[in-house]
Amino acid sequence: MSQVPIDEAARRDEPPSRPPGSGAAATVQHRADLAAVRVAGGRWQDDVRAVTMVWRRELIRFSRNRLRIITSLVQPILFLFVLGTGLSSLMGRGLGAGGSDFKTFMFPGVVAMTVLFTAIFSSVSIVWDREFGFLREMLVAPVRRGALVVGKCAGGATVATIQALIMLALAGLVHVPYAPSLIFSLVGEMVLAAVMITALGTALASRMAQVESFQVVMQFVVLPLFFLSGALFPLRSLPTWLAVLTKFDPLAYVVDPMRREVFDHVRAAPAVRTLFAGGVTWNGWNVPIGVELGLTAALAALFLGIAIYAFGKTD
Amino acid sequence: MALAHLRYPGTVPSATGRREAPRASARRNGAKGTESATAIEARDLVRRFGTLDAVRGVSFEVAQGETFGFLGPNGAGKSTTISMLCTLLTPTSGIARVAGYDVVADRAEVRKRIGLVFQDTTLDDYLTAQENLRFHAELYGVPRSQTGPRIDDVLEMVGLVDRRASLVRTFSGGMKRRLEIARGLLHSPRVLFLDEPTVGLDPQTRTHIWGYIDELRQREAITIFLTTHYMDEAEHCDRIAIMDGGQIVVEDTPERLKASVGRDRVQISTADDEAAICALEERFGLDAAMSEGMVAFYVAHGEVFVPRLFAELGVAIKSVSIARPTLDDVFMNYTGRTIRDAEASGSERMASSPWMRARRR
Repeated sequence: MSQVPIDEAARRDEPPSRPPGSGAAATVQHRADLAAVRVAGGRWQDDVRAVTMVWRRELIRFSRNRLRIITSLVQPILFLFVLGTGLSSLMGRGLGAGGSDFKTFMFPGVVAMTVLFTAIFSSVSIVWDREFGFLREMLVAPVRRGALVVGKCAGGATVATIQALIMLALAGLVHVPYAPSLIFSLVGEMVLAAVMITALGTALASRMAQVESFQVVMQFVVLPLFFLSGALFPLRSLPTWLAVLTKFDPLAYVVDPMRREVFDHVRAAPAVRTLFAGGVTWNGWNVPIGVELGLTAALAALFLGIAIYAFGKTD
Repeated sequence: MALAHLRYPGTVPSATGRREAPRASARRNGAKGTESATAIEARDLVRRFGTLDAVRGVSFEVAQGETFGFLGPNGAGKSTTISMLCTLLTPTSGIARVAGYDVVADRAEVRKRIGLVFQDTTLDDYLTAQENLRFHAELYGVPRSQTGPRIDDVLEMVGLVDRRASLVRTFSGGMKRRLEIARGLLHSPRVLFLDEPTVGLDPQTRTHIWGYIDELRQREAITIFLTTHYMDEAEHCDRIAIMDGGQIVVEDTPERLKASVGRDRVQISTADDEAAICALEERFGLDAAMSEGMVAFYVAHGEVFVPRLFAELGVAIKSVSIARPTLDDVFMNYTGRTIRDAEASGSERMASSPWMRARRR
């Protein structure tokens, strides 16, 4: 629909069934309403406004909840500095010549983990919106459902990226250099992963009626995604059953490129490099970073499509 | 002040002559239903949930500018009907048009022209009042230049201007409800739907909310459709339809409905209610029934009848009360029970409906 001129809009607003000779006074009043009544008409500008507003709401809610920002950093920091240090001492310090240790290995995994948990939490907040009624306010609005889903995903992805950026700032503490090229590509991968996971969470949330289901998603989706992604241990030289499972984890194709890039920027013995950052293989073929990122982007598009479709069907 | 130009934000050029449209007279015309368009039209609306017939063939019309109320006990089908009119629920059969558009075929067109205030709040507690309104304005495509003035207007109307920057979670139930009414009006809808606008609020706040709604009715040409199960609230409507068991039992102005009863209601409590009912039937030819634990019946002149009652009933009377007709009596007259009795028996029916369960969550 394309319209804007007021008269054009007036005609659009005229109820189609209205009898032709229904009085001048009524017509004047009818027209008069119009000036104020003109609302979203399905134009792309209206969708952009809706997307922007839904996105802004996510950011407002995020910025208002400082406690959440801090508490959600506790877990990755514990993983990186407590578990990481513990495992480092277990393995000895002889891993890397340049001071890199198991924490360096875990760093990209922990950044990916921050993205994963924050993105899922943001998108699954739709279930809370449903619980507290606000989802209704969104769903009855005269905008495309797709615009709401895109806004929600963009918001969740932004929030997840911001959280991961805070973790990324700690790179120096685990001997990862702040090389601009490295930071740049890591941020790009974080954004991509954040979009993919938020879209996945939104698709899941479209079918969740109760807050309790969040627990189910955590146990059956988020934790398996996390453990199989190679965030905590190398995916090389695993028993077959586990190796196969890891290849079906979308997060593995985010952790791997990040780790390979990190190891391109630290000094490590060749054997260590091969073990820690050897890359994902498909039937012996070493999957290139480009393919991994392409796969992630394709999955993001797929999940987003599912989410839009699912929300189009909710009443 | 703010209300006067609620529909006409300052940015609208008066040169077009639109500002001059006389609101009040438009409303009067609308209420009389002389020439104005029909705001809501429903024909044989039916909605079934599995085996439960929530709404069984409802037909009515609401004129532009009119305030129309659906009155009935919980589970009578009011919310189901309003949900169908708001396009939130598809009718099993029947036709409904709102603001000239079919609620099934032109869902989006209907949605642009209606404001909704649900039974349960649908605000974001973690946003401020103003942010909630801004969100609504953006989603409903209120022109950017008018968003600010519009928000000011509606906030002033519901008396929340000084709380605009407060988080909604700090609001009381009444304030939230006011904010929701303000939000429902933000995009200048043709028809405002209020589903039980005062449910769960204390009596004082209820009075307040009705103050706002009455003011709105007087100042704007807006059509208001509301549901309530409080009899006294129905007095605020131009016309009401009494609903019971999924059907409209009767439909008229509150005054005419009360006049149609025309008799006083007498309630007595006696030593033996059964015997009293029989005695009333035998000696006075009155059709009495138990209601709220008392024997209730109608007579033309209660104050003249009561002395006779004491003299001739033959059953000891413990207390007696006489009341002029109210909408309660109208309900009783048409359905044979009071609305409270109806709620007591209707609650099981309601619990069995998945829709109702979903709504209450």
